[in-house]
Amino acid sequence: MEAIAKSDFVPKGEQAAKPLVLWRPMAKAGVLSWLTTVDHKRIGFLYGISGLFFLLVGGVEALLIRVQLAVPNNTFLTSAQYSEMFTMHGTTMIFLVVMPIGAAFFNFVMPLQIGARDVAFPRLNAFSFWTFLVGAIIVNLGWFMKAGAPDAGWVGYTPLTTRTFTPTHAIDMWVMGLQLLGVASIAAALNFIVTIINLRAPGMTMMRLPVFTWMTLFTSFLIILSFPAITIALIELMMDRLFGTNFFEVSNGGLPILWQHLFWIFGHPEVYILILPAMGIISEILPTFSRKPLFGYPIVVFSGASIGLLGFGVWSHHMFTSGLGTVATAAFALMTMAIAVPTGVKIFNWIGTLWGGHLSMRTPMMFALGFLWMFMIGGFSGVMHAAAPADLQQHGSYFIVAHFHYVLIGGSLFALLAGIQYWFPLMFGRRVSEFWGKMSFWLVFIGFNATFFPMHFLGLEGMPRRTYTYDGNMGWNLGNLISSVGAFILAAGVGVYLVTIVYTYFRGARTTRDPWDARTLEWSLQNPVPEYNFRAIPTVHARDGWWYEKRHSAEIEREAGEHAKAEDAHGGIHMPFQSIYPFLASVGILVGAIGTAVVDRADPALYPGFWGPKIAVTLAGGAIMFVSVVLWSLEGCEGYHIHLNDDGSVKGDDARGGYAAGH
Amino acid sequence: MSSDAPAATIDHHFDPTTSTGIPNKKILMWAFLASDCMFFGCLISTHLIYRLHPPPGTLAPRQVFSIELTSFSTFILLMSSLMMALAVNAIQKGNLKSMRWSLLTTIFFGCIFLGCQVYEFRNFVFEKHLTITNSILGSTFFTLTGTHGLHVLVGVIWLTGMLLYSFTGRLTERQAIDVESMGLYWHFVDIVWIVIFTAVYLLEYI
Repeated sequence: MEAIAKSDFVPKGEQAAKPLVLWRPMAKAGVLSWLTTVDHKRIGFLYGISGLFFLLVGGVEALLIRVQLAVPNNTFLTSAQYSEMFTMHGTTMIFLVVMPIGAAFFNFVMPLQIGARDVAFPRLNAFSFWTFLVGAIIVNLGWFMKAGAPDAGWVGYTPLTTRTFTPTHAIDMWVMGLQLLGVASIAAALNFIVTIINLRAPGMTMMRLPVFTWMTLFTSFLIILSFPAITIALIELMMDRLFGTNFFEVSNGGLPILWQHLFWIFGHPEVYILILPAMGIISEILPTFSRKPLFGYPIVVFSGASIGLLGFGVWSHHMFTSGLGTVATAAFALMTMAIAVPTGVKIFNWIGTLWGGHLSMRTPMMFALGFLWMFMIGGFSGVMHAAAPADLQQHGSYFIVAHFHYVLIGGSLFALLAGIQYWFPLMFGRRVSEFWGKMSFWLVFIGFNATFFPMHFLGLEGMPRRTYTYDGNMGWNLGNLISSVGAFILAAGVGVYLVTIVYTYFRGARTTRDPWDARTLEWSLQNPVPEYNFRAIPTVHARDGWWYEKRHSAEIEREAGEHAKAEDAHGGIHMPFQSIYPFLASVGILVGAIGTAVVDRADPALYPGFWGPKIAVTLAGGAIMFVSVVLWSLEGCEGYHIHLNDDGSVKGDDARGGYAAGH
Repeated sequence: MSSDAPAATIDHHFDPTTSTGIPNKKILMWAFLASDCMFFGCLISTHLIYRLHPPPGTLAPRQVFSIELTSFSTFILLMSSLMMALAVNAIQKGNLKSMRWSLLTTIFFGCIFLGCQVYEFRNFVFEKHLTITNSILGSTFFTLTGTHGLHVLVGVIWLTGMLLYSFTGRLTERQAIDVESMGLYWHFVDIVWIVIFTAVYLLEYI
């Protein structure tokens, strides 16, 4: 019973009576409540909204690319604009769409699946979101400036990105923005790791964790171990650009290939950072709609772990054309092929889950089945690149573009769209219309295949990536036209999907608790999920915890009553205080990043000494951040207590969350 | 777990409110240090790769380094780890006064290390003419040791903050984990320095 109250909320006796706090925001509604929120569900919602917004931004960039390529010798975009489009399309879709929507699910779903009331460090979680937003702003700032958007490809290869070849601030902003996105991701991942290891409800052993939670854990480990590599690469590049160091300066002994190694040491685990959450979502949806437990649960978990582990040993398959030498090439080719094994194991486990199940073809299931099929196609073309000789032909061609869109859209995005449909009733208490849900699925499915399947052939016929136009006599006309038409069907599908969920959010039919008759703990909650999540912390008796609860209601009811009483004896339900400081710290980071990456180097004639606008803005931002962090640590991580009425609403005065309520 | 439990019952290696019994802050710090290992790993690798390809006409490391000074500051930094361990031990026994003296010594040793580094940097730049821009050795050396120096600086600020905080009366044996996780960070920064001292300095004298 001791384990159900969080240590940080233990009343601190006489000390709590005179808290060292300047200001405790208490707003439960309005803008201030969102800026100061530490509720994992609200933060998840913020991640989700941001991700969907950038999905539109990245989608528009993709459509502009496809309009340009629809016919040969097109002049719709200039070569320079085209470079900005594909650079920002890649950067946006990876860092600002798939990762934050994944983080939205980590935040919203994972604590509910393990029976926790929040993540381990609620304020750090808020800081992660705001810093992510700052990074997103910095990366996109170039659109509104003379420098223009970053235009050196999402991989940012040196020496193209050095000051010699790209002197504008566009690359500075890209470098700074990605560093901040890395900080945000690492902070969030550390939080999820501690949460999953330490905040599990009684009885929730590791081998009872829902597979989505397992994949959150693996993804978080991949994030904390792989993001440092790109951060160091970006720091070295930033040092080159700002202070004239020689990391990538060939004339002084720098080696541009170092960038490729550091980038892909991050870049390949990043691929699994994008797909493991998707695999987790699919592993929740398939059992629910097959009405069977997941087939081979331990195997699915361990294959997820081995995918994560092997993912660190294959980075050089992105560099087969750079002349690594035969032995290294062969080793990386073999490792890459080895990854197909655990991935294939998962596919077979999912098929085993479907086998003999009572399949219920609801919208989330449609997207999940679409994932299974499309992700397999992406996997097959992936194994083809693992063979180094074949890769030499395919490298830099549209075949590669086809491959990674099959794993990123057909894999990650399909699963994320499935997840939104699946957890929508839990998040908002409303049900998405089956007709419009399925309509969006078929549009997305047809549009996606029409866009990307022809690219396999275009690539094998030699069409290069990142080239803004082509001649009419290359034999690529038909494939490109089909692809561009497909892109608009795909866009229509995503449009229908988004309009449907926005409509449902405001007007959709109300739904009951556990509408899918699901298996994991989050569905035991009423919807929308109340602020405190669990009325009483549950005890978990089986792998599919909620499925067990539904079949042993008398036992569970008795236990829940005991838990609630025990918690009341500890003073009630503990809630963390809201805080403005994570937000202010991120504001400081924004100011500092603008100083470093956006403000021009001052004219030495005007500012002869150390001080100039660039230094001043950077240091001002640093000072804001430092002060915020100091106040953040001084305000402490105390919480307050709430008590519940029988209907689950918060009792009278408790709702304001005054200090007196708990202590 | 109630607030009026006698102080003697606090077990600093077991937190009954978590699933594993390990305090949240300890796992957070270990996971962060794992991440930080990768940061330093990439920087050290960069240095080790580039030292194999010195462009002609640039300074050799042995012409620049002063191994006596660096050995001294390394020793001081290691001693600061000892004082940090004593500080953690003191707060776990609720001995605030002893913790303050240990923390103060740790800060003092940290400052000596930083002072040596500032002296070393100035000496390299102005006497030996090794700058961050004029050679690849300068670029990797100053970036790597500078990043480590920044870590020490953050540690010194953190230690100073904790020392000042101990005078508010809110730092008791119950919050020993706050000092302990700070200690984990400090020891890690020291261990990284041992690796840097070996890979960057000693390696040149073999």
